Amino acid sequence: MNVLIALLVLMVLAGLWSIMTSLLIRATIALALTSVILTVIMFQLGAPLAGVFELSVCAGLISVVFISVISLTHRQPIKDYLERRQRRIMRFWPLPVLLLIAGIALSLVHRPVHIVLPHPGTVADPRIVMWQLRRLDLFGQVLVLLAGVFGVLILFKGNKNGN
Amino acid sequence: MNYLLIFIPLIAMVLVNLLPKKIRPVSAFLTLLLILAAQSVFAALAPFGIFHAVGAVKMERIFGFHLVIDNLSLLLILSAGIVGFTALMTAWHMIESEDERFNFTSLLFILLIGMNGISMLRDLFSLYVFIEAIAVSTFILILLQRAREAYEGALKYLILSVTASALMLTSIALFIMFCGGTSFEAIRISLASYGILAKIAIALFICGLFIKGGLVPFHGWLADAYSSAPAPVSVILAGVVTKASGIFTLIRVLTSVIGFSLAVKELLLVVGAISILVGALAALGQKDIKRMLAYSSISQMGYIMVALGCGTKLGLLAAAFHFLNHAIFKSQLFANAAAVEQQTGTRDLTEMGGLAQRMPVTGVTSLIASLSTAGIPPLSGFWSKLLIIIALWVSGNQFYAVLALLASILTLAYFLYLQRAAFFGEVSSKMTAVTEPQKAGMLIPVVLLSSITVGLGLAFPFVIRYFVR
Repeated sequence: MNVLIALLVLMVLAGLWSIMTSLLIRATIALALTSVILTVIMFQLGAPLAGVFELSVCAGLISVVFISVISLTHRQPIKDYLERRQRRIMRFWPLPVLLLIAGIALSLVHRPVHIVLPHPGTVADPRIVMWQLRRLDLFGQVLVLLAGVFGVLILFKGNKNGN
Repeated sequence: MNYLLIFIPLIAMVLVNLLPKKIRPVSAFLTLLLILAAQSVFAALAPFGIFHAVGAVKMERIFGFHLVIDNLSLLLILSAGIVGFTALMTAWHMIESEDERFNFTSLLFILLIGMNGISMLRDLFSLYVFIEAIAVSTFILILLQRAREAYEGALKYLILSVTASALMLTSIALFIMFCGGTSFEAIRISLASYGILAKIAIALFICGLFIKGGLVPFHGWLADAYSSAPAPVSVILAGVVTKASGIFTLIRVLTSVIGFSLAVKELLLVVGAISILVGALAALGQKDIKRMLAYSSISQMGYIMVALGCGTKLGLLAAAFHFLNHAIFKSQLFANAAAVEQQTGTRDLTEMGGLAQRMPVTGVTSLIASLSTAGIPPLSGFWSKLLIIIALWVSGNQFYAVLALLASILTLAYFLYLQRAAFFGEVSSKMTAVTEPQKAGMLIPVVLLSSITVGLGLAFPFVIRYFVR
């Protein structure tokens, strides 16, 4: 339990870093770190398949996409960077304070929750869940992917003005 | 038959994408036009059994999932067909680039499949997946022409849509935890046994749907998204897409899963009443024609909410009828606004004047839609608003009935301002060279929709019997 709490705190800190940093590359690294810690939590809670998905898609694939886009941008002058960093800190400083207060408040009012949940059925093989029980959701996923393809075509194809 | 509502557009979309580039845009346009027309006609004739044709069991065995069609499904299928047709016709005559036209048509295919899916699903997680498909397509459609102002609208839509998705996913996770599944049946059976946990899950899901539906206080994205999107995208967004992901799903979840408890009814009434007032008051202060129509949409969706808040069969009927009416007159008003913007080059009402003399068809059809929205007899909007007010009154919500009635005066006020500023009076000096759109394709949908508005109003006794049956 203590390990889990420590991991959760680390995950929140990594999430905060990703929001408060003014450098895109650091924000990407922080986001990947958040996903990695979440993966460890999922393994700890006995959900290895969800952990693998989280690690490969969120920490891996999405970070690669972010870094590829960042590689297309220009480096900002150091003076601008310092100004941006200052502005960002001024804008987001209440966030860690708010999280800290919320954490303390929740730990003070914390009571054990007693909910009688239905007895879980036998854990189905993910292959059966995906390809037989949730086949319709795959169609939905295909739609999301198709929309994504058109998104890439529309948003990343250079226009006549070269923007 | 109901399975075909998903598979035909999906297969058609894939096939037109495989065609040679030269004939692709025209083929996509014609194919989708045919599908939308067929879908609208079939949905209108559905009570005679066209969707319940044999073969559903066979299809279920082949594909391994179950789609159910009922009268509520038909409402969305019909609305999607009519509004999709209007948006497609508008796009074909307003979007100049062939590539953009083709991309619009392809994304409209995806929206259509998504909406048809939503209308027939009986599983919360599948609903979520299809809503996400619609959200992704909508985001890209807003940015179709990559106008600078569209980025702000699209970003606001994206941020609030993702927030809504997070709320809905959390709710689904809770439902899985205590119901063991996400089918409507499994959730409905288990709901009573888990007091506070069930209430949290329901509240989160409803909150997510309120954001998707652009209801007050979650309406921040709607005016920017509608006004900054390309004209045909505004037509489909305001006409049916927002309502499909937010309002229709809410109606489905309320009627099939959650039910109308006292707390839910109070919530719907309060959110609906606030949306009616805030939307109408905000619309009154607008000078941009599209922003005015966007705020008007918030107000009209508030009417659907208060009708639902009655928790009675009459309330549900009124909500369903206003849903269809709003799809028709709002998509028509946005199509009119598109024609005005294209011909005058502005959306600013203060720069217009006397356009009815220059654009008589647009002027007359826009007047019909405005009066119908304001609830003037004998147009269709009058009957749905009358049903809403009667439903509120007989269910003991007299305060909300009076409020709905008074808000209609506000609706009339901002639409009269729109008509006076844009269409009535002397022709403004800047508008002397303006003419009606020369392409019949721009006028056919608005004339058709106006005819439906007048026809539904005049034939109301027949229509209502048809609906109730």
